[in-house]
Amino acid sequence: MKRMKVVLNFPEDIVEDPITYHLITDFGVQVNILRASIDPGKQGIMVVELSGEENNVSHGLNYLEQIGVQVESLAQEIRHLEDQCASCTACLPHCPTQALEVDRQSWYVLFDPEKCILCLSCVEACIYRAISVKERLY
Amino acid sequence: MTKTIEEINAKIRSGTVVVLTAEEIIDVVHKKGSNRAALEVDVVTTGTFAPMCSSGAFFNIKQPKDKMKLGGGFATLNDVPAYAGLAAADIYIGATALPEGDPRNSNDRPGKFRYGGAHVIEDLIAGKKVRLKAGAYGTDCYPRKNREQLIGLDDMNDAFLFNPRNCYQNYNVAVNLSDKPIYTYMGKLKPKLGNAYYCSAGQLSPLFNDPYYRTIGIGTRIFFCGAQGYVVWHGTQHNPEVPRMKNGTPRSPAGTVALIGDMRDMSPKWLRAVSFTGYGLTLSVAVGIPIPILDEEIVRSVSVTDAELKAPVVDYSKYYPTGEGEAKLCEVTYKELKSGSIQIKDKDVPTGSFSSYALAREVAQHLKYLIQNGDFFLTQLQAPLPGADEGKEATI
Repeated sequence: MKRMKVVLNFPEDIVEDPITYHLITDFGVQVNILRASIDPGKQGIMVVELSGEENNVSHGLNYLEQIGVQVESLAQEIRHLEDQCASCTACLPHCPTQALEVDRQSWYVLFDPEKCILCLSCVEACIYRAISVKERLY
Repeated sequence: MTKTIEEINAKIRSGTVVVLTAEEIIDVVHKKGSNRAALEVDVVTTGTFAPMCSSGAFFNIKQPKDKMKLGGGFATLNDVPAYAGLAAADIYIGATALPEGDPRNSNDRPGKFRYGGAHVIEDLIAGKKVRLKAGAYGTDCYPRKNREQLIGLDDMNDAFLFNPRNCYQNYNVAVNLSDKPIYTYMGKLKPKLGNAYYCSAGQLSPLFNDPYYRTIGIGTRIFFCGAQGYVVWHGTQHNPEVPRMKNGTPRSPAGTVALIGDMRDMSPKWLRAVSFTGYGLTLSVAVGIPIPILDEEIVRSVSVTDAELKAPVVDYSKYYPTGEGEAKLCEVTYKELKSGSIQIKDKDVPTGSFSSYALAREVAQHLKYLIQNGDFFLTQLQAPLPGADEGKEATI
């Protein structure tokens, strides 16, 4: 069983193709859409969690690349800027998945990108601008 | 057993002073008792790092060749307006000041508040230059009418923070009982008790460790954003006459202090401009106040723990803005707040803080090392802050 979060970038010409349908029915991959911004005639972006048999997931990824979808890792989309962060913990109650947590011994705030679903609630909650997000996700 | 400030300073000079933080002293008093702790420990350091809106800076700007009278004219720094109602070359910029063109909360609510007075102060302390634009009406002794140039701290004769209200002794825990999210100075509060924010370092916070202001008062030397500053007055809204715990600590916001310190000695590590979405700008400052262990009563006060400090939970959707509804939903301890969730009306509510406990610890540790290394001496307070039974009240 493989589970991974990726960002899919669609070129304009295929934004209307039912790509998730193909991933699910042709490759047996479970697709959990975390965030999507797709307008007809424009570039699209979708943040998804893919899960399934390792083979199925890699065939699914091959399919995406063949049809021109760029697949990127999620870690590039959002970053916790540790130098900017004051570890105040204001972000914590806004993070639905505990991707942002505080070590209650050291009291430093930690970020686990694996748990992040890119809801971006933390961006507004952070008063130190310590969460950096690629512009296109807005 | 009693000690004097002079005796403690002599120990600092000879390198024999014993210093602990307000967190470290807790175990010592617990294990050895207050009598022995008072004998063995000379100073306890406190610390806090949090947004404190009532902050700002005075500047005296060096005169150009043709002199100019800013008083009665105007001055902006990076387009942020400064107060120019003083003498020829003195201005004051407040942390919350915004440039005229900032959209604030008008068209794109909630506002973002990207740059303002707090950022000007932060930039200057970081060694950057800011653009001064000034206008004056011109006099015989001050003929110049316009000035525009980049200036840094080197272009000023004096630059000091003067914060009229810092280090609140306790603070409200903010929640939202309404069914809409609200943007406040206590952060974004989710509807129907979706979250709770607090803002105090609790057991490390300066005034929680000196509940009746025995050693923190006018003239107390402090660690202030990297500089050695002073308490110069009670802070605005200083409100000591509130209900207190048996240990003397207030159960609602109470004492405050006005602080002063030289910006040239400050560091961007200990001072940060911050933006509250939908509310505005403010400045996070680091303050560490040493408490001399003059007697056993003082050592008992500084050993107070988060479990023995309580804060009121207040609704910021209705009660805070209008005074209508329940004033206090309940009380919680700082230990509960720091656990990550509190119980309000039988609901588990996740908590977050605006006061950084990690940095409060760093401040207290740093001040401890300064004292141990003989780089920081204690002062005798020159006059006490208004006490808990002297009739000083504030209407907030």
